[in-house]
Amino acid sequence: MTVNAMAPLVERLGDRFKQALQESSEFRGDLSIVVDPSSIVEVARYLKDEEGFDYLLYATAVDWPARDPRFTIVWEVRSLADKTRIRLKTTATMPDPHVPSLTSVWPASNWHERETWDLLGIKFDGHPDLRRILMPQSWEGFPLRKDYVSFGEPVIFSDQKLEGLEPDAIRG
Amino acid sequence: MGELKLRDKPFLTGRAAGPTPLNALGENVLTTTIDKVINWGRSSAIWPALFGLACCAIEMMGAVGPRQDISRFGSELFRASPRQSDLLIVSGRVAIKMVPVIRQVYDQMPEPKWVIAMGACASSAGMFNNYAIVQSVDKIIPVDIYLPGCPPRPEALLDAVIKLQRKIRGEPLVKRSA
Amino acid sequence: MPFGPEHEPPTEWMELNMGPHHPSTHGVLRVRLKLDGEIVRDADADIGYLHTGFEKSFEDKTYTQGITFSDRMDYLAPPINNVGFVSAVEKLIGVDVPPRAQAIRVIMMELARVASHELWLGTTGLDLGVYSGFFYAWRDRDLALDLNEAYSGVRMMTSFTRVGGVAWDLPDGWLDQLQRFIDVMPARLDDFESMLTDNPIWHQRLKGVGVISAQDAIEAGVTGPVLRASGVNYDVRKAFPYCGYENYDFDVPVGANGDCYDRYRMRVAEMRQSLRILQQAVDNLPGGPWISADRKVALPPRAELSKSMEAVIHHFRLVSEGFKGPVGDVYAFVESPRGELGFYLVSDGTNKPYRMKVRPPSFCNLQALRKLVQGVLVADVIAIMGSLDFILGDCDR
Repeated sequence: MTVNAMAPLVERLGDRFKQALQESSEFRGDLSIVVDPSSIVEVARYLKDEEGFDYLLYATAVDWPARDPRFTIVWEVRSLADKTRIRLKTTATMPDPHVPSLTSVWPASNWHERETWDLLGIKFDGHPDLRRILMPQSWEGFPLRKDYVSFGEPVIFSDQKLEGLEPDAIRG
Repeated sequence: MGELKLRDKPFLTGRAAGPTPLNALGENVLTTTIDKVINWGRSSAIWPALFGLACCAIEMMGAVGPRQDISRFGSELFRASPRQSDLLIVSGRVAIKMVPVIRQVYDQMPEPKWVIAMGACASSAGMFNNYAIVQSVDKIIPVDIYLPGCPPRPEALLDAVIKLQRKIRGEPLVKRSA
Repeated sequence: MPFGPEHEPPTEWMELNMGPHHPSTHGVLRVRLKLDGEIVRDADADIGYLHTGFEKSFEDKTYTQGITFSDRMDYLAPPINNVGFVSAVEKLIGVDVPPRAQAIRVIMMELARVASHELWLGTTGLDLGVYSGFFYAWRDRDLALDLNEAYSGVRMMTSFTRVGGVAWDLPDGWLDQLQRFIDVMPARLDDFESMLTDNPIWHQRLKGVGVISAQDAIEAGVTGPVLRASGVNYDVRKAFPYCGYENYDFDVPVGANGDCYDRYRMRVAEMRQSLRILQQAVDNLPGGPWISADRKVALPPRAELSKSMEAVIHHFRLVSEGFKGPVGDVYAFVESPRGELGFYLVSDGTNKPYRMKVRPPSFCNLQALRKLVQGVLVADVIAIMGSLDFILGDCDR
């Protein structure tokens, strides 16, 4: 389905949620809407119950340190019957970024939101079990944030000396 | 489990690690013969532990499969319990969460035990120089054979097992032409 | 002490740890089971033991460098990861893929699908006691890996796609080798199936175990053969065709009961349909270029480098810096053997992805584990985990 066919959907959303719907855009055939954090649960419930978007694809967040608000949280859902997709976005600011959880609308977003908390540090209010999922429980820091420097160790080349490592005497 | 500190320098293995009970008695005819027999026995039936972590585990399974067949070389069975196995083939990338688990599995193996670091990720973290992957499993456990490849072919794993057998028997790892 | 239900001592639940080192967890998965005797009352899947930081790594590499990384996520079907990754970049930039490249991609993907399902059958059988099935599976999988190796040089991690097409053309004689594979596989599948499909032990282990209804499956977000076994007719290749799948004639198997046995039937039927697609692809393989002619994204052929200065400049730019994408975000998805594998790519106009989120099918399927294992025996947990067909590399990324 092309996005032109989705234009009535955007109109209906605009009529129903006047101030909450901040913007809607289309890029390469994907429809995205940006919603105010306080009304996102309502919009999500409307999309699920009345527009038929029943299948959650994923939930994640993007870190834009140069922007304010810093984080854009994204959920993408699909309507299996109509074969359409919509991307639901909202924003969160530092310090203590938090948005309402959509597990009450789409239970499948449980683990996706946990992963977003784990890697980006976004709290989801109302999530039944918000704890780290991919990193160890005692890990500090949020790896996928842009200010988290990810390194293993510096690479040492063969012309640099490595003390304490003699070659194994057995090697013939 | 307390906090596990990763070492900066790898463990040393083989003769570089110091005397073992077997050669502490010194070299004489009797111990040399027993030495040889025991080492022959140990090298001919190395039973690996089932320790597949990531993609290299699939090629490890390929080595067990009908075309390559690792049981020709004595590794008839992969034991699920580390307490019944001799060899730990660390096949795959080692994530930071997995570190205490690998250490515990290694500690549960009875002596004598050997480790093959299979693949680039186990030998030196491969292509992943980042927060999540331990930069080589030899920071956690001592490694006997490093096997490069991403993933190494099953034949390469068989080559590593053969080299390990030579190492156990005390022969040079690379046979010179006669 | 008298017997009878009214004299039973009070019981409490035991927590059993199916640790990350376990022969049947298909990778490093830890499941904490709460058992009431032999019956599971609750389960918590603890993942992250293979977390590699792929999404962070992608942010640091150009689009072409990222292709090699994408192989290692779902490591049982690397060609499908390649195509998914490159589809997202192509959707962002707006590059067309020539028909021959699309056909080559379809061939490699279907080969990967057959190889992955074969391995699934082998290892799930191994968990449930079918030790010989493992060797049948590897006999067939080695043939598919030989084809991979003849084409790309590597058995598993092919990295064969480039933005705008595929990296190389098919070598001479490859299509004959593929034809031999297609000819010999149906009989082998029959052989394998005859061992399992009507086997009473197989029925007892799998029928009625791990049932999930269509409504629950959609709510839980499961995908792939697990979703189709519950009766939901959704396959990305039919619903949103990509790479020319609309030109191939194949069926999508859909189950009725949503139990482990149906999922097994789904995957075997999918293997047969993949062979059908492969035969059609070989018969109708179009000629022409195997990569886009747009020099801004695809390397020029080597012969041109000695003749044209422009070609040298394009080559230099592409190899040193890569190409830049427009600002925006896209979501592209393919059908992997586990389900819908999606790539959400956010670009800020540079030559590297700003954020590449991978939607892994195994992550979504594993979420449903908690619901599926309530009230079953511990041995059934193994059967259910096997039938979900998750790969921890895909799940943890």
